[in-house]
Amino acid sequence: MNEQETHHPGAEVEPASTSSTAVRLDEGHIIGTGGVPERFTNPGLPAHVARAADLDEAAARRAEKQVATLFGLSILGTLAFIVLYFAVDLDQTVFVPGIGVTNASNLALGTTMALGMLGIGFGAVHWAKTLMPDEEVVEERHPMRASDESRERVVKVLAEGGEQSQITRRPLIKYTMGGALGLFAVPLVLQVAGSLGPMPQKSLSRTFWNGGPSGPGEDPEFRPLRLMRDPEGTPVKAEDVTIGSVFHIMPEGLLPNPDDPEAEYLEKHILEEKAKAAVILIRLDEDLIESQKQRDWGHQGIVAYSKICTHVGCPVGLYEQQTHHLLCPCHQSTFDVTQDCKVIFGPAKRPLPQLKITVDDEGYLVSAAPFAEAVGPSFWERG
Amino acid sequence: MNSLAARRRHPAAIAVLIILGLFLTGAVYAAFAPKPADATTKALPAQTVEEGKALFRANCASCHGLNAEGRATGNGDKVAGPALAGVGAGAVEFQMGTGRMPLAGPKVQAPARGEVKFSQDQIDAIGAYIASLSPGPERPSAEAIDPTKGDPAKGGELFRVNCAMCHNFAGAGGALTRGKYAPALTGTSDEHIYLAMTTGPQSMPVFNDSNLSPEAKRDIIAFLNTIEEQPKQGGLSLGSMGPVSEGLFAWVFGLGIFVAVPCGSAPNRPSTPSRFPTRPSNRRSVPR
Repeated sequence: MNEQETHHPGAEVEPASTSSTAVRLDEGHIIGTGGVPERFTNPGLPAHVARAADLDEAAARRAEKQVATLFGLSILGTLAFIVLYFAVDLDQTVFVPGIGVTNASNLALGTTMALGMLGIGFGAVHWAKTLMPDEEVVEERHPMRASDESRERVVKVLAEGGEQSQITRRPLIKYTMGGALGLFAVPLVLQVAGSLGPMPQKSLSRTFWNGGPSGPGEDPEFRPLRLMRDPEGTPVKAEDVTIGSVFHIMPEGLLPNPDDPEAEYLEKHILEEKAKAAVILIRLDEDLIESQKQRDWGHQGIVAYSKICTHVGCPVGLYEQQTHHLLCPCHQSTFDVTQDCKVIFGPAKRPLPQLKITVDDEGYLVSAAPFAEAVGPSFWERG
Repeated sequence: MNSLAARRRHPAAIAVLIILGLFLTGAVYAAFAPKPADATTKALPAQTVEEGKALFRANCASCHGLNAEGRATGNGDKVAGPALAGVGAGAVEFQMGTGRMPLAGPKVQAPARGEVKFSQDQIDAIGAYIASLSPGPERPSAEAIDPTKGDPAKGGELFRVNCAMCHNFAGAGGALTRGKYAPALTGTSDEHIYLAMTTGPQSMPVFNDSNLSPEAKRDIIAFLNTIEEQPKQGGLSLGSMGPVSEGLFAWVFGLGIFVAVPCGSAPNRPSTPSRFPTRPSNRRSVPR
């Protein structure tokens, strides 16, 4: 590196043989004689500077007292911890400025334990910095290489062992042992791969709106399901959904209905079903809806969309009734409800799937078809 | 005076002087600062539609139109103030009682300024006038918003499904699109929480009585009161914002300790020559 720089064009440097010593940073401004030394000398360790406690016995005693005080504080803190552990009631609260009303027991135990630990830590550090020896020494590493005799001996022992076990003379043993050991790795890996669970099959493409529980297996037969309020489990009439309203919907038969204790509801895998079937129900002014498909799949401006974001599956629930934007709180994907929930901002790639709805004889909103595509984020087999 | 002069080089002298200077500046400003005019709080004896209409025309009509029919700005399809027929006395109470209206200036969102510009009688009079245009959500009765009659557990369940996505699980508020935000619910009165649900102010959807029944609304109010009053078991809640503020705290203070402690405890010695030889720069080796 240095050599290259001395041959830098334009830098007229005297030959390295007539070099001067290197200039240290703390020597101030020195007009050099040009050139760099042949070889830099190792400046070695900086000179040891004695501390006050090394020279003055009074200072050392003062340091001793300071360390003892810190350890004493730790003792006090730990004793206070033990006392307060029993003394402070678990439900007692106390007002602390800047924090507000907080649990007295947590505060007391935390403060005293911090005192106990910091006392030990600061005491040890202060002890090391004032009283323990602080002269730096260099300890050379001993060579790692063993002597030639012992290296030869090891090779000889190994060769003798191989000879005596007859492994070199009997290849059948050698190959079967290798096969047995190699194959034994399979059960270890097999358990990991096998415990990944059953294949999801079609359960990712189906929801409860398909007509019932949507696990792997046979397709459930489609039947219209009423749109039920989440979490109450009560059905929604079309006239209830006024302009600007938002209803959070689960399919009929998923949640218990308080008005109808006889009604069936799901008892197993309820969270898996909720995670796929969640729907948001919004009523728009029909003139605002730009897509004919969106208008046809809704009912008089009432539209139902999957609440599961097509990015990574967060619930998209932040509806702004003035802009008709639906915002996903996780990564700010924004969907425009007036444009069939098209993505207008953020990382989502596909619009939210729409649920086709209609009304039944009693005026309640029901699903007219299952989701036409898989809800939620993309997956391998989705296509 | 001599003793004071003797202490002028004390290490604390500069701090004392700065505090003294700041205090004096503040005191002088407080004495001479102009006071806000205090003329709008003339109490009205009765709420009548006529008085409300007069107040409306004097204070609201520049944006909402002389007959509350709404006005456009003339700049594209931007609206200066929406039509108010049908918003009801409830919306008037919410917007004016929280200091959102009158609006200080057109922005993405009207902030709750906390400073209410009109007396309760005046707000009620304007509310009566707006309600006379077309029926709309009314102010709730005292019983409808009594948190002691609500069920906080049920309210919490409703809150997490219907409200928490915007207002945060602890009612701490959160961001919406393009600079809009859902405000924090702490410190909001029970009536204003109820009215926000029935009137759907600004970006917020409407939660009418068939969506969330009046009892459900009372449960939600009871839940919000409960979480506001409950002690912070772990000490600092960091705004109840969840992993963002907690992560930031851990990064700044957790890593800060790792940076600060080695720096603070580096051996304090007189300037030592570098252990490694410094390479002379090219500039010095060029003869001038």
